[in-house]
Amino acid sequence: MPTPNEIEIRGLHKSFGDNEVLRGIDLEVATGEVVCVIGPSGSGKSTLLRCVNLLEEPTRGQVFVGGTEVTDLDVDIDAVRRRIGMVFQQFNLFPHVTVTENLTLPQRRVLGRAKGHAARVARDNLERVGLADKADAYPAQLSGGQQQRVAIARALAMGPEVMLFDEPTSALDPELVGDVLAVMRMLAAEGMTMMVVTHEMSFAREVADRVVFMDEGRIVEEGPAAQVVGEPRHARTRHFLTRILDPAAAEPPGPDAP
Amino acid sequence: MTSRLTRRQRRRISQGAQYAVFVAVIVVIAVLADWDRLQNQFAQADLAERLFPDIITTALRNTVVYTLSGFAFGLVLGLLIALMRLSSVAPYRWAASVYIEIFRGLPALLIFIFVGVAVPLAFPGTEIPGGTYGKVALGLGLVAAAYMAETIRAGIQAVPKGQMEAARSLGFSHARAMVSVILPQAYRIIIPPLTNELVLLFKDSSLVLFLGVTLDERELTKFGRDLASQTANSTPILVAGLCYLLVTIPLSFVVRRLEARAARAK
Repeated sequence: MPTPNEIEIRGLHKSFGDNEVLRGIDLEVATGEVVCVIGPSGSGKSTLLRCVNLLEEPTRGQVFVGGTEVTDLDVDIDAVRRRIGMVFQQFNLFPHVTVTENLTLPQRRVLGRAKGHAARVARDNLERVGLADKADAYPAQLSGGQQQRVAIARALAMGPEVMLFDEPTSALDPELVGDVLAVMRMLAAEGMTMMVVTHEMSFAREVADRVVFMDEGRIVEEGPAAQVVGEPRHARTRHFLTRILDPAAAEPPGPDAP
Repeated sequence: MTSRLTRRQRRRISQGAQYAVFVAVIVVIAVLADWDRLQNQFAQADLAERLFPDIITTALRNTVVYTLSGFAFGLVLGLLIALMRLSSVAPYRWAASVYIEIFRGLPALLIFIFVGVAVPLAFPGTEIPGGTYGKVALGLGLVAAAYMAETIRAGIQAVPKGQMEAARSLGFSHARAMVSVILPQAYRIIIPPLTNELVLLFKDSSLVLFLGVTLDERELTKFGRDLASQTANSTPILVAGLCYLLVTIPLSFVVRRLEARAARAK
């Protein structure tokens, strides 16, 4: 089934026991498009992202990536995941091997690349994220921002056609956020298809082609970044953005606060 | 009486009392024990000399071989059972739990008797490969596997969930991720407790004496007991005991070093 959309999500539902986290999501991400998903914690945005590469199994609905149905029980999920890069909030680098081996191990074990080839790809990608000089360090010797850039390089080394980012800067000290966002901006400029769950509104406004606002397991509002972040139509979006952009301005919780 | 002792006075009294008890116990033992008879029975230098070199070249060597073969077999089986405990297939989990509960709940001695008697009965005509060595590896390994399985399972579960997720999202299969990513990390966590298990096995290898062994297959305890009854003197037991300590004390030291290193790495 040919499709111009890299990611297609149709009627997606996900429950954890009685807790309905996703209540019917329909979303497309076109090839080369950068989509930021924003929303309050517990809105289901991370779960949505994790359903795209099936780290969470949807309860109902379909997900297509590059025309392949991820949710098809007969699909080779390992093969599909090779085409999807994922970056986690907690980096999840392999702590027992060096930075270079973090990049070469998956290439060699999963893609079967020869040692020299894998090492070359690793070097190139470490250079892209500006960490060629850390090739022989262990993850624990790096700052959070450096670890996250290595994690991005590790995903890129597999040659993915789409990248998923799950709050990539939320675990970082504020002064380290910029370097990671710069790498992501570079990827976007190179035409990578990206789906980014984030709280970084300036990144969403500047880099995203489209912003999706989620609340309580549903998409409340979506559209061009300038519109959703700049002039949100929906009251819930406005309320959320006020709290994110100027947390100090929030009213003290009154007796009828949620 | 209302005592108005300062903290310094209290500490002095408390410490003084503890030292006094300690010294009193030592003195009582030293005075009451019959040292001449003890020395006669346990510390005959010429008798001890005659034990060498056999006690090292045969007995200690066999103890080490039994321990290592039991440990190797137990490690393989323990890893298998640990993976079964973590399996998504319920019968595997049940089987692993049943195994662990049974073999942790039985005295090692019973299992040795079982291996020596029941296995030849159940499979007539079949020999456990390796003769006595095979039987010991089986007996020790069966017991050790139950303990090691729990250690390994705990080690695997101590590896953060994100590691498996990262590996899977890179396209690793579950099995590949386990081998390339999870187990190498779990391995570091479980090395100290596994070394401890090695110390326990080293001592449990003395149970071999219930299997019936030839002269050349004797390990330290059997060797010491045999020579003690031949010479009607217990010196061989004491020397055998010292041989155990020769290995177990350095091993315990290694365990403490490994634990300290693991604690620092966190």
